[in-house]
Order: sequence, then C-alpha cells, then structure tokens
Amino acid sequence: MLGFIARRIVATIPVMGIVALFVFSLLYIAPGDPAVVIAGDQATPQDVERIRVSLGLDRPFLERFGEWSWRILHGDLGTSMFTGMPVTQLIGQRLEPTLSLMVLTLILSIVVAVPIGVLAAWKAGSWIDRGVMGFAVFGFSVPVFVVGYVLAYVFALELEWFPVQGYTPLSEGLWLWFENLVLPAIALGCVYIALIARITRASMLEVLQQDYIRTARAKGLGQRPILFLHALKNAAVPIVTVIGIGMALLIGGAVVTESVFAIPGLGRLTIDAILRRDYPVIQGIVLLFSFVYVLVNLIVDLVYTLLDPRIRY
Amino acid sequence: MTVTVSPAAESAVLAGEPELPDILPPVKQRRGITGFIYRHPAIAIGGAMLSLLILMAIFAPLLGTTDPAALAPSKRTRPPSAEYWFGSDMMGRDIYSRVIYGARVSLIVGFAVAIIASLAGLVIGLVSGFVRWADSIIMRIMDGMMSIPPILLAVALMALTRGSVPNVIAAIAIAEFPRVARLVRGVVLSLREQPYVEAAVAAGTRTPMIIIRHILPNTIAPLTVQATYICASAMITESILSFIGAGTPPIIPSWGNIMADGRALWQVKPFIVFFPAIFLSITVLAVNLLGDGLRDAVDPRMAKRL
Repeated sequence: MLGFIARRIVATIPVMGIVALFVFSLLYIAPGDPAVVIAGDQATPQDVERIRVSLGLDRPFLERFGEWSWRILHGDLGTSMFTGMPVTQLIGQRLEPTLSLMVLTLILSIVVAVPIGVLAAWKAGSWIDRGVMGFAVFGFSVPVFVVGYVLAYVFALELEWFPVQGYTPLSEGLWLWFENLVLPAIALGCVYIALIARITRASMLEVLQQDYIRTARAKGLGQRPILFLHALKNAAVPIVTVIGIGMALLIGGAVVTESVFAIPGLGRLTIDAILRRDYPVIQGIVLLFSFVYVLVNLIVDLVYTLLDPRIRY
Repeated sequence: MTVTVSPAAESAVLAGEPELPDILPPVKQRRGITGFIYRHPAIAIGGAMLSLLILMAIFAPLLGTTDPAALAPSKRTRPPSAEYWFGSDMMGRDIYSRVIYGARVSLIVGFAVAIIASLAGLVIGLVSGFVRWADSIIMRIMDGMMSIPPILLAVALMALTRGSVPNVIAAIAIAEFPRVARLVRGVVLSLREQPYVEAAVAAGTRTPMIIIRHILPNTIAPLTVQATYICASAMITESILSFIGAGTPPIIPSWGNIMADGRALWQVKPFIVFFPAIFLSITVLAVNLLGDGLRDAVDPRMAKRL
C-alpha cells in the first residue's frame, strides 16, 4: 500500500515537469513578439527591450528554462513587472478568499449533488428524475457569472438576505465569513453540482442493476441501506473521478465569481494582472492552479484504492 | 414495468396461437419530420433554437438594429424603452443592437473552435494511435496540457497576444484540443483490435487507406458529439475571457464585452448585464441540447443512463 502511494506520488513528478515546461513555453508559442504586446502601444523601443530582458527572451530557451525551473523548485515564482513584488508574496496575500470560496463550493456541491443524483437514479423516470436532469442541462448552459448576478440581484439586492459583495476574513468571525461566501459558492457550484449529479445518477443506475443489489433487496434490506451502503459505495469511483476532473471548472469559475462578487482573491489578482499585462503574475497563478489540479487528481487516484481494493497500478 | 396479459390473450397462447397482449398498442410508425422530432426531441429543439440564432446573427442589420458602436453621450444608461428596446449602456450605445450583433461573435467563436479543435485533435489522435513510438510522448504532452485548467490556459495565451477574434479562437482551441486527441486515440486503439481492421492489415492494405476506410468513419460519431460540447464550452469561455478583459477587444460587441461594460453599474442598471446574459444562456443551452440529442442518437445505450 505504502509502496503504491509512493509510486503514484513519484509518477506525478513528470506530469508537473511537463506542465511547467508547457507553461514556460507559452512565451515562445504565442504568435508575434510577446515583449511588444506586453509593452503596449505607447512603449518606446527601450521599454520593449527592457521587458524582453526581464522576461529572459534575449537568452537561449533551454538556459532560461533551466534557470526558471531551478527558481520554482526553490519556491520563487518571479517578480511582478508592475509592482516589483515577488509573485509568491502577491499570491500569498490573495490566497485565503479563493481557498475559502473553493473549499466551501466543493463541500456544498458534494453535499447537494450526490444525494440528488442518488435520488434521481432511485426514482429513475419519475418527475424528480426529470427535474434533476433538467437542472443538469440548465447548470451546464448558464455561465457562472449569469447565475452569480441573478443570485446577487434576487437574494442580496431585493430580499437583502445576504451582503451584495465583498469578503470578510475568517479571523473576523465564522458567520461573517460564511455570510459573504454563500451566494458566490452557490453560483460557482451550479455547474459542478450539475456535473456530479449527472455522473452520480448514471453510475448509480448501473450499480442498481447488479445482482448483489437484488440479493440485498431479497434479504429484506431497507431502501436506505441498499442505496447508501451497498450501491453508493460501488458507484463511487466515477463520482470521485468527476469531482477531481471538475476541479478545473471550479478553478476557472472562481476567477469570474470573484469578479462578480468583488472578492479580493486570486481571481481579482488575475484580472488586474491581465489589465496591466503583468505576465509573471499570470504565469505564477496558472502554474499554481495547475499544480493544485494535478495534486487533487493524485488524491483522487489514492482515494480509488480505499473505495475499490481491486484497483492497483 | 409490469405487463398484464388479458385472459383472451392468455387463452390464445395456451391454444398455441401466438397473439400480442391486447394492452400493447400497435407500434405507430412515424415518418418524415414529425417522426424525427418524436424520436429525437432534443436534436429538434436544440437545432431549431440554434438555427433561429444563426438566422438572427446573419440578418442582424435587418432586425431593427442601429450601428452597435454608435455613441450617444447624451443618452447614457437609458432603461429599456421604445427607442432603446434593451436600454442603452454607459456610452449611450444601443444594447439591443449590440446583443443582436454579439450573436455573431459567439457563434463564430463557438463553431470555429469546435472545428479547429476537432481537426487538430483528430490528427494528433490518429498519429498517436498509429505511431507506437510517438504515442507515449504525445500522450504525456496532452496530459500536461490537460492539467492546466482550460480557462487559465486561454487567459495566459491571451495575455501574450493582442485581443482579437482569431486570437481568442486560437487560444480556446489550444486549450480544448487535447481532450479530442485523447478521445480519438482511444477510438483508434479499440478499432485496431477489430477483426475487420486486422483483416485489412493482413490483406496488405496500406495504413492511409485503413485510416480513410475503417478508422475515420468510426470516429465521426463520437467526434461530432464532442465537437458540439466544445462549441458550447468555447462560447462560455469566450464570454468569460471578454468579461474579465482578456478576450475580444472592447470595441467589438460580444456578449462578454457588453456584460463587462455593465459590470460596474449592475446594481443600479441591471438590464445592461441581463440581456446579453439571457442570450448567451439560451445559445449555450441550444448547443448543449443538440449535443445531448446527438449523443443519445449515436449511442442509444447511454441515452437511458446519462
């Protein structure tokens, strides 16, 4: 078991290496001269040259990549071109709101999506099932900022149940923190809930046809233990997989949700960096989120073995 | 489902004369367009909605619109009225005209990304499936690319290029195509084991011919379904990119740009954000319905489950 975990962790190192290489190569893949684009329209040739040097575009690719990777391994993501601050410091300041939003959304989505998916599979073909499936199509189609604005308009502006915008750090009280994050978490969770509910339903439908479910029914087990003990555990692998894959939606959506609800997190930092063409900051954020995504999917792989002892690589 | 058999039918069965249970109505054969709508309602509804939106985009100049870029500083942020059907924005531009013309940007981006990502993914997937030594290298690179959340990858690419519609299309297509490549590779690998492909190989058919005759026809169905979903996701990504200022240049009336314009004022003038949001949601819904319908038509076994 420990050997397996160790092997699996070692196996993510090349993936992270490729991610880093790819993120680094973007500077070279992009058409045109990135230094000119970043410098903007009013830049003098000296400005362009200064940016070219600061991005390292004046030196050979491999030399730059080696040096860059070495710095990243030491926890240095470079320096912001606009503020002159280390990128790690900028990210550190903005980490808490984004982390809060994503963790809350993740918990909310799983708590809502799995039961409604199970319910839809149990009552397959009924109006409950149709309702859940209808919601799933809706959830896939309405972009996160649209859900965000509608929720904010109805529940914050009109009904005044929640604050309209902003963020309160966790250190100032759990309720104040929670109150500000409820609407953003629901908005961000919509797509994620649709995705998880849909897979839960599909996976449960498959499992409910198995012989051991019929046996469990035949021996007189109640509906609830059958659904949640026998069926859900066997249906869990695809559900856990999609929770891992769906993190990409969550990460991309967080940037927009933060903008709608004026949450000062990494999304806000990304948008500011785009407006200022502060490439090192964007690069740092992309790299950080990609590593998080790889790590989440590593955890998902490890959870497989807990759910299904047959899985060994 | 329980089927009760009527006494008459039962006696007929006992008498050795097979007879259908009379509670089952005769299967009604529906043909033509009504039959198609009956069998594939999602394709019909999604297709109809999408066709209307495409017509709307093509005939935008004839639909009572004015110049979507025309400024009217004295008539800023007017609420919806007879003059401004959807109101006017912060610079006095007519939101109705901007929304109708905005359909062009969304549809072009959606379709272009779907086509480019599918073709790129098809080529890479075929190479990966047929060239053994390249397979592991290509797939590791695809894995790496898929580890970067698509929106962030598009944001990073847009930060390095000038905001324009072709650049937005390229950025989103680069973020989407690795998934297609993986799908095609999977199809190729399973097809290679099929007896008819092995027979073709044994008969000395050249690889390009095998690809054209046996592999490509089998990739078309899953590829079409995948392309529809890519189209929907590309439209959402485009609007997100424009909304956060990394997409099409602000001068172009795209739905994301209109919403970005209304962002600062949404608490007092919600209609600026509202109308493009509705159109974007309906368009993506139409494409998703079409995709679900196509998937069910292509793979009826999945239809009952997903």
